[in-house]
Amino acid sequence: MNLVTQGCRRSLLAGLVAATSAWIGFTTVAAASEIGQIKVSKGQVTVDRKGEALSGSVGLRLETADVVKTGADGSVGITMGDNSLLSAGPNSILALEHFDFDPTTSQGRFDAQLQRGTLAVISGRIAKQSPQAMTVRTPSAALGVRGTEFVVSAHE
Amino acid sequence: MSSLSRRMTAALLAVLLAACATPQGTVVLLPEAGGRDTSVVVAQGGKEVVLDQPYAGAKLASTGPQKYSSNAAEVQTQFGAAMAALPGRPAQFTLYFVEGKDEFTDASKQNIDSVFAEIASRPVPDVLVIGHTDKVGSDTSNDVLSRQRAEVVRKALIVRGIAPENVVAVGRGKREPVVPTDAGVAEPRNRRVEILVR
Repeated sequence: MNLVTQGCRRSLLAGLVAATSAWIGFTTVAAASEIGQIKVSKGQVTVDRKGEALSGSVGLRLETADVVKTGADGSVGITMGDNSLLSAGPNSILALEHFDFDPTTSQGRFDAQLQRGTLAVISGRIAKQSPQAMTVRTPSAALGVRGTEFVVSAHE
Repeated sequence: MSSLSRRMTAALLAVLLAACATPQGTVVLLPEAGGRDTSVVVAQGGKEVVLDQPYAGAKLASTGPQKYSSNAAEVQTQFGAAMAALPGRPAQFTLYFVEGKDEFTDASKQNIDSVFAEIASRPVPDVLVIGHTDKVGSDTSNDVLSRQRAEVVRKALIVRGIAPENVVAVGRGKREPVVPTDAGVAEPRNRRVEILVR
């Protein structure tokens, strides 16, 4: 079993849950795959997922299109499936727009957007394998990540 | 145009330019352990700058990114809270096995304690265990053996209290030797399990 089959199992499970919910008359839940996990969480941290605001506590597994927000006293640290590390300071909005990663070949693509606030990044295996494959955007700029550690801020 | 209105126009232009150049953010490349060649390419408004030295920075503005030299103190002031929230870096361990078996070598029995210590130090550890073999035996038998080796480690971690859903075991057979050898060569350094803790 590798990470992909594990992901498939999770998707199958999610699909099963979705199908069951639909059957008993609840809203259908889309099959989800996990891309990273919150490892550090201080103060107010929320995750917007499909119109729902989840508490961004330590251990929460993240999905593509999640938007991570911190309050005035908040900060959050995330480990992605390719070993990329991202952490945001107070009053930040970070959108995990796209993430796919094949652990066997290290091929994949990672796009994130810092809409507001401060962000520290240590890139992982995706950027190491192919230097064009990871991009961090702000509302006004695009950063091509060639395998590195950096910080970026975005003012409104 | 009179000299006065020229001056007023110039003043107005300067104000407008300053408004356009309102800082929209900052990017700073950090120094990196190991001194690997790294860089960040900052693209904005059709202009591009490359940051490839420690503490090389760019100010973002609608007029395009402007390079400047940052420093540790400035980064700490602006980004200290974000940097303090960085998760622990993934840690990697390698344990070695007796030929043809899923038993640790004596040296590796000692090392497994440091793996537990690393896992225990993390608030929400997730662990990837990857088994490997040397090139003695068939593909099929090595796939099975590498998976068995990974499972031995996975079970040992679960027994010591790691949640089963947080440990994944994978077998890669003889596909990824650390020491390249011909087929059929017994190589102790290839009979291993890699453990990634993050």
